[in-house]
Amino acid sequence: MSIITFTLNGSQVSVDAPPMTRLLDLLREHLHLTGTKEGCGEGECGSCSVLVDGELVNSCLVPSLQIQGATVTTIEGLGEQTHLHPIQQCFLEKGGAQCGICTPGMILATHHLLEKHPAPTLDEIREGLSGNLCRCTGYMRIFEAVQQTAKLAEAGK
Amino acid sequence: MRSDVRDYTLTAPGSLNAVLSALAANPRLTPVAGGTELMVALGVGRLGPHELISLHRLKELRFIEEHSGILTLGAGTTFTDIRRNATIAREFPLLVQTAAWTGSIANQNRGTLGGNIANASPAADSPPALLVYDATIELVSANGRRTLPYGEFHLGYKKTVLLPGELIYAVRLPCRFAKHRQYVRKVGTRNAQAISKIALAATALMDGATVREIRLAGASLVDRPARLHATEAVVLGKAITPELRTLAAAALASEIKPIDDIRSTAKYRMAVACNLLDEFLLSL
Ligand SMILES: Cc1cc2nc3c(=O)[nH]c(=O)nc-3n(C[C@H](O)[C@H](O)[C@H](O)COP(=O)(O)OP(=O)(O)OC[C@H]3O[C@@H](n4cnc5c(N)ncnc54)[C@H](O)[C@@H]3O)c2cc1C
Ligand code: FES
Ligand code: FES
Repeated sequence: MSIITFTLNGSQVSVDAPPMTRLLDLLREHLHLTGTKEGCGEGECGSCSVLVDGELVNSCLVPSLQIQGATVTTIEGLGEQTHLHPIQQCFLEKGGAQCGICTPGMILATHHLLEKHPAPTLDEIREGLSGNLCRCTGYMRIFEAVQQTAKLAEAGK
Repeated sequence: MRSDVRDYTLTAPGSLNAVLSALAANPRLTPVAGGTELMVALGVGRLGPHELISLHRLKELRFIEEHSGILTLGAGTTFTDIRRNATIAREFPLLVQTAAWTGSIANQNRGTLGGNIANASPAADSPPALLVYDATIELVSANGRRTLPYGEFHLGYKKTVLLPGELIYAVRLPCRFAKHRQYVRKVGTRNAQAISKIALAATALMDGATVREIRLAGASLVDRPARLHATEAVVLGKAITPELRTLAAAALASEIKPIDDIRSTAKYRMAVACNLLDEFLLSL
C-alpha cells in the first residue's frame, strides 16, 4: 500500500491504496466520486477523462502513485447542481447530453480544448473530442454546445 | 478478468540515478512511463510483470534540446510535447504528424516516445518517422551509456537490444532533412485514434530529376520497425520513370512480409504498401 497525497478539486486528500490502483478506481471506489465513468477501461472511449495538472488524461490508464503531489480535477470540481459551469449549462441547453455516460468526460475534454483554443474551429473541436465516444447524441449537439460555450465566453469578455 | 491491483507493486524513486540503481539491484523491475500500453494490459488481466517502477515525471528523461545541428528528445517526451515544439515542426514534420495520430489527445498527453519505441510494436507510428530521419538511440543503465543507430535497435518481433536494467535515454535526430521531400501516410479504420493497418514514411533528397538520397520505413510491413533497404537501393541514383516505379514496387513486394491479423489482411497490406510507395515516388 502507498499513501497517495494530491489536490483533488481544490482540496488536499490522502488515500492509502495499492500504488497500481487505476486513478479511476481511486476516485470512484476509494473517494466515492462517481461522476467519472468507466466505459471501455482501455483508453478508447474517454468516459473516464479527468484533468491532471491541467492536462486531459484517461483515468483508467493512470496508476495512482503517479498522481502523488499532482492536481486533479474531476467533473465534481467543475460545477455544482445549483451552480453549473458554463460548459455544463451549454450542454444542457443544446441537448449535448442524453444518457450521460460520456458527458463528464466530454465536458472535461471541452474544458481542456477551450483552454488551448478559446475560439475553436469545427476541426479543432472534432480533434479535441476525438477520444471521447458518444453512443447517443450523434455528436452534432455536443459540437454546438462547445461552440455556444466559446461564444458566451467571448461575449462575456 | 481484470487483474487484482494488490498483486502488483510500483515505486517512484524520483531521480534517474535512483531508478537505474533500483533496476540494477532487481532485474525483474519493469518501467512504466505514461502507462498507455501497460495499464491497458493491467485492465484486461494480461500484465505479466508484477514489480513496476515509475519513470513518469523524471525530468532527466523529459526534454527536447538542439545542439550543433542535432535535436535530442528524451525518452519521456510525450506526443503532446512533440506537437508543441517549434524546432520539431520546422525540421521533422513527419514526427509531428505521427504524434498527432497516436491515439487521442488524452493518450498523447501521457504516452511517451520512449514507451512507443520500447514497446516495439511493428504497428507503432513514431518508429518509421525516426528511421527515415536517420535517428540514433542512446541507452542508459547503472553501467553507463551506449549509443547505436536506431535501425539496429529492433531485432525481431517485439525483440530489442535492451538489456535487463537498461532504459532508453534519448533519441537524436540530425537537423539536415529540411530540403528533403518528406512523406508519411497511415491507413487505418478511421483517421483519428486507430492503430494503423499499414503506414509508410519516406524522405528523399533530389538532385534535379535524380534521387540522391532515399529512406523508406513502414508500419506493419515486416515483423519490426525497419528501413526498406532493398527498395531504397532500386531507387537510389535514378530518375523516377514508369519502369523504375514497377521495379520499386517489385522490390517492395519481395522485401515486406505483411501478415493477416485482426486489423487487416496480408493481401490488402501488400497492395496498399505498393500504392503508398508509388504515391511517394510520383510526388518526387
Ligand atoms: C487508445 C489508445 C490508442 C493508441 N493509439 C496508438 C497509435 O495510434 N499509434 C501508436 O503507435 N501507439 C498507439 N497507442 C499505444 C501507446 O499509446 C504508445 O505506444 C505509447 O507511446 C506508449 O508510451 P507509454 O509511455 O504510455 O508506455 P508505457 O505503457 O509506460 O510503457 C510501454 C513499454 O515501454 C517500456 N518503457 C517505457 N519507457 C521506457 C524507457 N525509457 N526505456 C525502456 N523501456 C521503457 C515499458 O516497460 C513498457 O514495456 C495507443 C494506446 C491507446 C491506449
Ligand atoms: S474507460 Fe477510460 S478510456 Fe474508456
Ligand atoms: S450521451 Fe449517451 S453516450 Fe453520450
